[in-house]
Amino acid sequence: MSEAPVALAHQFDDLDQQHDAGSFGMWVFLVTEIMFFGGLFSAYTVYRSLYLEGFVAGSHILNIKLGATNTAVLIASSLTMAMAVHAAQKGKQKALMTFVLLTMLLGMVFLGIKYVEYHDKYVEHLIPCESQACSNLGLEFAPEGEALQPIQRQHAPLPHVEIYFCFYFFMTGMHALHMVIGLGIMTYLLLMARRGKFTAQYYAPVEVGGLYWHFVDIVWIFLFPLLYLIGGRY
Amino acid sequence: MSQHIVSPRLYFLVFAALLALTGLTTGVAFIDLGAYNTVAALAIAVTKALLVILFFMHVRYSPHLTRIVVVAGFFWLAILITLTLSDFRTRRWTPSPSGWETSSVLRQAPR
Repeated sequence: MSEAPVALAHQFDDLDQQHDAGSFGMWVFLVTEIMFFGGLFSAYTVYRSLYLEGFVAGSHILNIKLGATNTAVLIASSLTMAMAVHAAQKGKQKALMTFVLLTMLLGMVFLGIKYVEYHDKYVEHLIPCESQACSNLGLEFAPEGEALQPIQRQHAPLPHVEIYFCFYFFMTGMHALHMVIGLGIMTYLLLMARRGKFTAQYYAPVEVGGLYWHFVDIVWIFLFPLLYLIGGRY
Repeated sequence: MSQHIVSPRLYFLVFAALLALTGLTTGVAFIDLGAYNTVAALAIAVTKALLVILFFMHVRYSPHLTRIVVVAGFFWLAILITLTLSDFRTRRWTPSPSGWETSSVLRQAPR
């Protein structure tokens, strides 16, 4: 214990201080992320109160089974991420890599299911887009068949449902973008772990990357009820 | 090293609670509670977020400085949403001066 641990950067007194400074810095960044998504959530709240029927009809069109499955998948990925941090704290290289890999796999399953949902909305002509360039690509907002039923039942004006889908695609799209960035961070962690960069003394990137992953999970924890659930499924 | 190491057992308990709450919130969405459907969905979401923040993100074991940052973040989010809604919800509480009514009125009677 007499020798100074190499993991300690020279500007810190000890490993604890270094660890706390890392988490502190990540949380400051996450606060900016809270405010970023917070802007979207408040815009959602305002427009929902303005165009309630449109938002209710829109949420009825979404596939609640896929949404709930994705919530479970993301929660499971948070568990494997927490276990990855645990493995890093214990200095278990193999377990760390396994759990990071599992987290990535679950993240990709989430994005896969999201792709299926987006594709369904594309097939059902529920892409909010008006320009000529969009219609040339087959992107248009012209719901028909099953998707039209909840809209008629709620007596929801089509433009209001279209605004709901603007929010749906922008909010879930921003979340998906964060998932992709998270997968990039996981890839980095995996490579670093393979090179044996992490020890029980130094695992700050795993901890900080985990904080980011859990934050993205929390965003979805709010997106799921706001977009899929509220609005009366009964 | 005095960093708190959370036991895998606790992680799995939190995971099970999160899954149960996901099932609950999905189930409640199919029961007619009127306005309380939204309240229930948000209450469950906040509970789930708290579980993730406290245990998965280790805030329960973090120094006060980190906790202040977390609380400040959500406090600012509350300010953002409260002030935005206090504007949108109260715009029609007071009468507008004549001639300010709506833009359509202005369009009908251009000066």
